[in-house]
Amino acid sequence: MSVKVTRRKFMAATAAGAALAAVKFPAPAIAQNAPFKLGLLTVKTGPLAQGGIQMEQGIVTFLKEKNYTFAGRKVEFISADTGGNPAGTKTKAQELIERDKVDTIVGPLAAFELLAITDYIAQQKTPLLSLAAAEDMTQRRPNPYFLRASATSSQAMHPMADYAAKELKLKRMITISEDFAFGYEQMGGFQQTFEDNGGKILKKLWPPIVTPDYAPYLAQIADCDGVCQGFAGSNPLRFLKQYAAAGLKFPVVTGETGGDDALLRSFGDEAVGLYSACPYTLDLNTESNKRFVAAMNKDYGVDPGFYCAGLYVNGMVVEAGLQKTGGKSDDKTALMAAMKSVALTDTPRGPIKFDHLGNVIGEIFIRRVEKAGNKYINKTLKTYHNVSQFWTYDEKKFLEQPVYSRNYPPLKS
Amino acid sequence: MTLWLVLAVNSITFGGLLFLLSAGFSLIFGLMRIPNLTHGSLFMLGAYFGATFIGGYLALHFDFWIAALLAALLVAAFGAVVERLLLRQLPGQPLAQVLVTLGISFMAADFCLLVWGGDPINVATPAHLAGFVRAGPAVFPLYRLAVIVIAMVIALALWLLLDRTRLGAMIRAGVDDPDMARVVGIRVSQLFTIVFALGSGLAAFAGIIGAPILSVYPGLDQDMLPLALVVVILGGSGSLLGSFVGSIIVGFIYNFGQALFPELAYFVLFMPMLLVLLLRPQGLFGRFVP
Repeated sequence: MSVKVTRRKFMAATAAGAALAAVKFPAPAIAQNAPFKLGLLTVKTGPLAQGGIQMEQGIVTFLKEKNYTFAGRKVEFISADTGGNPAGTKTKAQELIERDKVDTIVGPLAAFELLAITDYIAQQKTPLLSLAAAEDMTQRRPNPYFLRASATSSQAMHPMADYAAKELKLKRMITISEDFAFGYEQMGGFQQTFEDNGGKILKKLWPPIVTPDYAPYLAQIADCDGVCQGFAGSNPLRFLKQYAAAGLKFPVVTGETGGDDALLRSFGDEAVGLYSACPYTLDLNTESNKRFVAAMNKDYGVDPGFYCAGLYVNGMVVEAGLQKTGGKSDDKTALMAAMKSVALTDTPRGPIKFDHLGNVIGEIFIRRVEKAGNKYINKTLKTYHNVSQFWTYDEKKFLEQPVYSRNYPPLKS
Repeated sequence: MTLWLVLAVNSITFGGLLFLLSAGFSLIFGLMRIPNLTHGSLFMLGAYFGATFIGGYLALHFDFWIAALLAALLVAAFGAVVERLLLRQLPGQPLAQVLVTLGISFMAADFCLLVWGGDPINVATPAHLAGFVRAGPAVFPLYRLAVIVIAMVIALALWLLLDRTRLGAMIRAGVDDPDMARVVGIRVSQLFTIVFALGSGLAAFAGIIGAPILSVYPGLDQDMLPLALVVVILGGSGSLLGSFVGSIIVGFIYNFGQALFPELAYFVLFMPMLLVLLLRPQGLFGRFVP
C-alpha cells in the first residue's frame, strides 16, 4: 500500500525536481498545508521482528488517535523495513530521506542499526528519534540530530541496582547478559551503582547473542544473593525457563527488555518474582496511558510493552515539537531544537523532558511479575522520578569515565 | 566437581537433541548429496506446529507426545512435497540446491512470522517430566534426562531401520553407490523421497522435543542450522554413527567451551570443524568426501 503511494510520489518528485533543475528556479515556498512526512525505520522480518512490529503498532496507534494530523498538518506516514541489519538500515534511511523527503524519522530498533546511519543523519540534518540505547549517542559522541525519549542502556539499571541494594538488601550478585554493547552497558551501569551502595558483583557472564542452551552458564551460577540479567528479544523467556528448570531460586532482577510487559503473554510461572526496571509500565495510571492501552487492546488485542510505548511517546514528542514551530518543518535545525525543548506532563510513561544532549529525563518504574488469575502482570512497586542518563552522578565526572564495557567497571577481587 | 558433572550431563542432553536434528540432515546429505539448508526451518516448523497442537488453538488440546508425533508427520509430509516438486528437478546441481533450500528456509521463516507473530512461545514441560533429580549438590532437570533417553531410543530405532531392514539396506546401498544401486533394481528416486521425509520428520520431532528447553521463537532456525552443519561435518555425512558421535562431541564442546572460554565460544565450536575439514574431509565416520 505504502509502496504504491511512495512510488507515485517519487515519480512526481523526480519530475518536479527535473523541471526545477531545467529552469534553475528556486523551489516555490510550498505552504505548510503540504503533509508532514514521518518516516519509520523498523524491523518487520527476521529474529528482531517482534520488537519491530510492536514499534510500528505504537506509532500507528498515536497517529490514529491524532487522526493523522499534527499541528494542523496532515501527516504522511512511511514505514520501512530495515531487515534488522546495518546495510538495510542505511539503504532504507537513504530512501526515506532522499526519495520520500521525510521531515523526521522515528526508529530504528537496534544500536547497530543506529550506528550505521548516525553520521548520515547528522549530515542530512534530519531529526531522528530512536529507541536504540547506545549510551555514547547522547554522551561522549552526541549527534545533534538524535533524540532519545526511551532510555540509555543503563538508565533503568542504575535505579534497579539502587533498589536491589537498598530495598531487596542483596549483597552479592552475579550478572548475565548477551555478549554485545547493550549487555555491557546495562550490566556496567548496574555494577557501578550496586557497588556504590555496598554490593559486590561476583561474576559477570556473557553468553553470545545466539545461545540456544544457557545450561553451561547456569551451571556457573551458585553461592550468591541474586542474579541480574540483561537479555533482550526472546532470550529472557528462554533464560528464565532454563533458570527455573535448573532449580535455581536466587531472585532475578532485569531491565526494560528482560521484563517487558509485552513478554508477559509468553511467560510462564517461572517469571513470577522477576524484578524489572523499565521506563514504561503497563499499569501506570495516567490519562494518556489509559488511552494508549485501550487503543492497543482494541486494535491489536494485546497489552503494549516498552517498544510500543516508546514509539507512541516519540510520536507525542514530534507532535509537540511541530506545534512549537507553528507547524513549520522546513528548517530542520529549528524543528530539532523545538523537539529537544519539549516537556510533556502526561505521556504513557509519565512526565518527560530532555537534557542538553538529547536524552530523556523521566520516570523509571520498578516492577515485580505476579500471577493474576490466569495471566501474569508487572506490579509497580516503586517509581524513581526524574531519572537522567547520569543517575545521581555528576555529568562531567560520568563522562570522564570510559563508556560501560565488558571490562568496565572491572570486577573487584 | 558439581559444575563438571552438571556440564557433562547437559552436554549429553544437548548432544541428544543435536542428534535428533542432525541424523536426518546427515542421511539426506549422504544419500542425496543435497546440503539441505532448510533443515533448521524444519526444526522450527516442527516446534511451531507442536506448540500449536499443545497450546489449544482451534479448540484442540493435544498431549505433548501426540502433538510431537503429529508435528513430525506434518513436516515429514511437507518434506516429501518439497523433495518431489522442487529438489527432484535439480539433481546434481549443488549450487541450485543450496539456493533453493536456502530460499525455502527464508520463506518458512516469514511464514512462521506471519502465522504465529513475533512473540516467543513458551512450551510447558510435560507435567510428568517437570521435576528434578538430585545427586548430592547437583540438580538435574528430569526433562533433560528424558531427552537423553529419547535420543537413545531414536538412535536405536534408526540403527535397526538402517541395519536390519530391507529398506535400510537399500538406503545404505544408495549412500554407498547410487549408480550401482540403480543397476541392481533399487528405485533410488523413491528412496530419496522416503529419506527426505524421514529426515524432515526427525528434525520436526527434535524441534518439539527441544521446545520446552529452547522455547519457540523467530530465528530458531538460524540458531540451530549451524550446529547441525558442524555435527555432520564432524561426524561425516551419511553415517548414523557419525551423527551420533558428532552430536555428543559438539554437545560437550558447546557446554564446556562456553563455560570455560566464553569469549571464544564460537571459536571453540567451529575450530574442530575446520580441523576435520582440513585433515579428514570425509569426517570421522564418513564414507565419502563431500
